[in-house]
Parts: sequence; structure tokens; C-alpha cells
Amino acid sequence: MREVRESAGSRTGSRLKVGLFVTCLVDLFRPSVGFAAVKLLEEAGCEVHVPLSQTCCGQPAWNSGDRTDTADIARQVIAAFEKFDYIVAPSGSCAGTLKKHYPEVFKDDPAWLARATAFSVKVHELMSFLTDVTGVSKVDAGYEGMATYHDSCSGLRELGVKGQPRALLASVRGLKLREMKDAEACCGFGGTFAVKYADISNAIVAEKTANIEASKPDLLLAGDLGCLINMAGKLKRQGSTVEVRHVAEVLAGMTDTPAIGDGKGKGR
Amino acid sequence: MVEITSPHFKENAVEALSDENLQKAMRHLRGNFTAKRAAAAAALPEFEALRDNARDIKNHVLTHLDLYLEAYEERVTAQGGKVHWAADAQEARNIVLDICRKADAKTVTKGKSMISEEIDLNAFLERNGITPVETDLGEYIIQLRGEHPSHIIAPAVHLNIDQVREDFRRAHSHLPPDRAMKEPESLLREARGILRKKFLSADVGITGANFLVAETGTSVIVTNEGNGDLTQILPKVHVVIASIEKIVPTLEDMSQIVRVLARSATGQEMSVYTTLSTGPRRKEDPDGPEEFHVVLLDNGRSSMIGTEFQDMLRCIRCGACMNHCPVYQAVGGHAYGWVYSGPMGAVLTPTLIGVDKAGHLPNASTFCGRCEEVCPMHIPLPKMMRSWREREFERHLSPVSYRSNLKLWAWFAKRPALYRPLAGLAMRSLSLMGGRRGRFSALPMAGSWTKDRDLPAPQGGTFISQWRNKRGRT
Repeated sequence: MREVRESAGSRTGSRLKVGLFVTCLVDLFRPSVGFAAVKLLEEAGCEVHVPLSQTCCGQPAWNSGDRTDTADIARQVIAAFEKFDYIVAPSGSCAGTLKKHYPEVFKDDPAWLARATAFSVKVHELMSFLTDVTGVSKVDAGYEGMATYHDSCSGLRELGVKGQPRALLASVRGLKLREMKDAEACCGFGGTFAVKYADISNAIVAEKTANIEASKPDLLLAGDLGCLINMAGKLKRQGSTVEVRHVAEVLAGMTDTPAIGDGKGKGR
Repeated sequence: MVEITSPHFKENAVEALSDENLQKAMRHLRGNFTAKRAAAAAALPEFEALRDNARDIKNHVLTHLDLYLEAYEERVTAQGGKVHWAADAQEARNIVLDICRKADAKTVTKGKSMISEEIDLNAFLERNGITPVETDLGEYIIQLRGEHPSHIIAPAVHLNIDQVREDFRRAHSHLPPDRAMKEPESLLREARGILRKKFLSADVGITGANFLVAETGTSVIVTNEGNGDLTQILPKVHVVIASIEKIVPTLEDMSQIVRVLARSATGQEMSVYTTLSTGPRRKEDPDGPEEFHVVLLDNGRSSMIGTEFQDMLRCIRCGACMNHCPVYQAVGGHAYGWVYSGPMGAVLTPTLIGVDKAGHLPNASTFCGRCEEVCPMHIPLPKMMRSWREREFERHLSPVSYRSNLKLWAWFAKRPALYRPLAGLAMRSLSLMGGRRGRFSALPMAGSWTKDRDLPAPQGGTFISQWRNKRGRT
């Protein structure tokens, strides 16, 4: 069984109520990451809630300079999630938007700024929530093979996610981790950037996949589905056999589904 | 004028990506500058504290800019120099030309200066019969090629030695055509020999300034070649051209910021030369210019004060943001289409030439945040790029198709009751289309993506619908 250090919730006798912000990409492209997150959170002793009204964090609008739509979407997210003890997302990018950018969205709206600020302190990226808040230090999962880990930009630089996923991965039976060169360099996704400046984005991801291949892994992991879809898309186009998965899938022991960009029957 | 090609950033980028020489040079830059900066930062325990201090010094200056500029002018004047105020590029060019004409100048030597590029001084002087000679090796090379800098501290970083060798054979036609020029040192020796004569014959020397010190009226340049010293000491007239935000209160402040400058730029603890010049030659001085002029350029900078772009005026032009930028690393500086490139250019250029022309620049960023992470002055570059995007969005400068797609998406994102069934249907269809391969090699609507990448197919069914079926609650 997974070891769960006594959490804040269990000390007070009640389980932590966690609102899972599943993120639009996980919701639409890879629900299995959402279920992996639920499993990890529940095993960490949390009571997981999924507000059904959630759509997206609003980052596409925010990064396109559309402050009005961002604010509308942010109000919707805050209203749906502010009642929970914590809000957790399996993405550094979306958690970063909720935690670091929502207060900025409402900088000229004192009432909502107060709500956004109170909300933002409860927001965590999944890996950092598990290790830093609930105190999980090991998982009960196995994966035979060599992995390499890409540090997604927002998680790394906005939220300080670096050691947490590696610490948890160290407890996965059979899994070895070999760091790639420039693991902290951007993969070139950047949301709408990948579509607006596709040629530049492609050049950046080609550099990334060269570094991935050079580390000779069986498995590429990261904590953000946007980056993973981008890197998997490039690897598969290049004919790579590297399996690409969200780190939560491996930690939850849910690797029976096909990996990202792989066809059916390829899961392990 | 420098031709502005920023509106064609995308086309410039495509060209840059297929330029083999450029790509080779960019690979070199990627490994070189970033590793050296990291080592220099790690070797100095107080580096982070120095960054905070450097930021605070400049923030203080920017809230009292008028005061310090006037104090600086007073000190320069007291020492026999003259300060000229230029509101824009045209005024600055005319002031410099006027000084050159009064000195009856035929040739002027120049130290490296981005302000000179910003006001397009060389072309202007040439049109007026004065020959400008760039004396920084990188600047000298690109002057021979008729190019502009592709990097604010390494102007010729886009070139390799083979290209420079060819340029030298072409330009230095008085030298034996069969000379070897194998080693980089031999090219340096050749340039040095030619420039030495130019230094001695120049009538006016023009340099930039890394800092202007208010308490002493001193201008400071940091260089690695010593060319700046010869430029400002040998001719009888020295002209400093600098923008107004270069001011710092004291020599102590200057030396604080110097400690983060070279470390962030090249990974050196200090540049080889840090040269302070204060006024014209005094009686007891063994050498120095008879006249000392400072041209202070505003060119839109004062309008940034009090706006969301004020922090950009802290920039000390180290180039760390470009060295670490994945977009700059991919396409180099020329693709940005004007004088400044990389993240600092993406923020500054719209101020200087207008966001209608420079609109691509703040958009061409993945917001990876590495620029802000390494900026010695803690400038929130991604945040300011987003501010430009907001202005573009407000002014309807972003492409119509992009805006309408975004608006349509946002309309649905705000209406979960409509978003959910539509998203579910779309993902199930895409999943079926993706079939057994689990990915798309081509997909209408996603053509720019699938040109060089596959698109992984969705698993089918959304998380929310599956959750509702399994758990039936929130």
C-alpha cells in the first residue's frame, strides 16, 4: 500500500476536500490522466470533487490579450471551485494560470481580486500538491524501463515544480530516470503559439526531440498534456518508438492505455 | 533608414530556419552563452542579491529620472563638456552631424552602440559625406557586409568564420589575395592593422554608454576589445550617444550593476575593459579629446514611464534574454526585422516603431519564462509581451480569423451546457477518425500543426462525461 504521511485534513479528523480542475486538454484528449489524478489524490487521503461546469482556465484568451473573456471564464472557475480546501490541476500551465494569473486578471476589480487571491492560495499543481501538501513520498506502481522527464515551463518557473515528480518517480518499481540535455528548455508548444508560429514551434520541438532521443529512453514523461501532445506528435512523425505519457499515469500505475499518439494495443 | 521588416516576421523566420549558416551559428550560441552565464551565476554566492539590488537601483532612478538627468548635465557642463537633448532620432542625428561639421570631420570612428543603430546614424553620416568606421570587430564585419547587428552584444553572432574570411578578402583587396587566414587570430590581426590607421586619422570618435553617472558626470563603456578606448581618446572630439534611462546616481551604483552585467551577458566576471570618461582633456591629462559631447536620446522612452512598460527601462542590454529564448535561438536576431530582437526587442520595439508594425514580436513567444528567469534586472518580459497583446487585441490588430476563432471558443467556454455535448461529440468523432493509429498525419483545420508533426488523437469521450457516468456527482 502507498504510504501516506498524516495530512492536514487527517489531523483535524476530516478528509481534505479537493476540487479537481481537470484542464481542457485532459478532459478532451486524455481522460485517463484525469482518472490517474483522482486515484493519486484519493490514495493520498483526499475527497475528490469534480465540478461538472468546468471547461477551461481561460489561458488561450489571456495569452491572446483578451482580458474580458479571460475575466468571464476566471469568474466561472473561481465560483465553481472556491468552496474546496484545495484546487488541484494535473498541469503546471493551467495551475499557474489559476494561481499566478487570476489575481492579475482582476487587478482593477477589488471585489474579485479578493476572491481570486483567496482562491489562488489554494491552487496547486498535482505533483507539488501530492508531495508538498499531502506529504506523499512513495507510490505503489511499477514500470520496467528507462524514463526521461521534461520540465514544463510554467510548472517549473511559475510554480517551482522540479524535484517533486522526480521524487515520486524514484519510488516506481523498475523505473529508471535518465536526465536529458536541456530538460528545462521549452518544447515549443506555447498554446496558440504552436499554431500561429508553427514553423518556429517545429524547430524548437525538433531540438527537444533530438535531446530526448539522445538520452535513449523507453518513456518520455512530463506534467503537462500540451507539451506532451507536442513532443509526442514530433516523435511519432520522426518514427520514434519512445512512449509518451503524463507522469500521473505512471505514478498511478495506469499504463494499460495506449501511450500518447500510439495506436490501440500498444499499451503495457 | 534601416528597413523595417518586422511586419514580415513570419516570412523572415521561415527564411532563417532554412539558412544553414545561421542555424550552425545559432547552435553554437545555444550551448555557449547559456552555459557560461549559468557557471558565472553559480560561482557568485551573492549573485541573486546583486540582481535584486540592481533592480532596486534602476527602479529608484526611474522614479526620479528628471532629477538625475539634470544633475548629470550639470556635472558634465561643469567639467567643460556639453549635453544635447534629443527628443527623437532625427534630432539626435542632426546634433551629431552638426558636431561633426563643426569639427570639419571626414571620418568618424565608432565604438559599439545600439543607439547608433536605433537612430540609423551610419547611413545618415554617409549621406552627408562623412565616413563612419565601426571599430568593434563584430560591428566592423557587419558594416563590411552592409548588415545590421543580429544581437545586441554580439552583432555578428549570425556569421561563421568562413563567411568573415570571404568578406575580408573582398574588402581588404590591398592585401595579398593568397594569404591563409586560417585561425580566427589571423583575422583579428588583419582587422586590427586596418583599424589602427583609422583610429589615428579619425576626426571624431562616437561611442555609446552602458552607464551615465549623475554624481560625477561620467559615461561608462564596457568592452572586450579596447576599441572603445581608442575611439574616445584619440580624436579631438568625443561624442557619447546614449538613451536617457542609462543614468545611475553614483559610481557605487554603477559598480553594483556592472557585477551582474557581464556575468549575465557572456559569463565573464567583468568585461576586459570598463572605461570611465569624464569631460574633455584637462590640462594635466596626457591625452583625451578637446571636446566632449553627450547626446541624450529619448525617442519615446519617457512615454513608457508610468505605464505597464516602465520596467523595460531597467534593461542594461546584456542580451541574456535573447541567449536563453527558444524563439531567438531558432531564428536569430534579423528575423525580428529591426534593431532590437529577442524578448527585450519584443517589448521595446513596439514602443519605438509602433505596435502596428511590430505586432508579431510580442506574439512570437511561447511564454516559457526563461527570459525573466535570467534577466539580471528582473524585468517581467512575458508579462509585458502580454500587455502588448492586450493593446493589439483592443485595437483589433490581431488577424481577423484568429480573433473570431478565439471569440467562438470563448463563447462556448463560458457556456458549459453547450460546450459539454459539443466537446464530447467532437472528441468521439476525432477519436474514431484517429482510429487504430492513435494519431493524425494530416487534418483539415490543423494543417500548420500536421505539416511537420503528427497530432495525437483523443482517447474518445471527455473526462467529465465519463466521470458523470461513473460517479454521478461533482
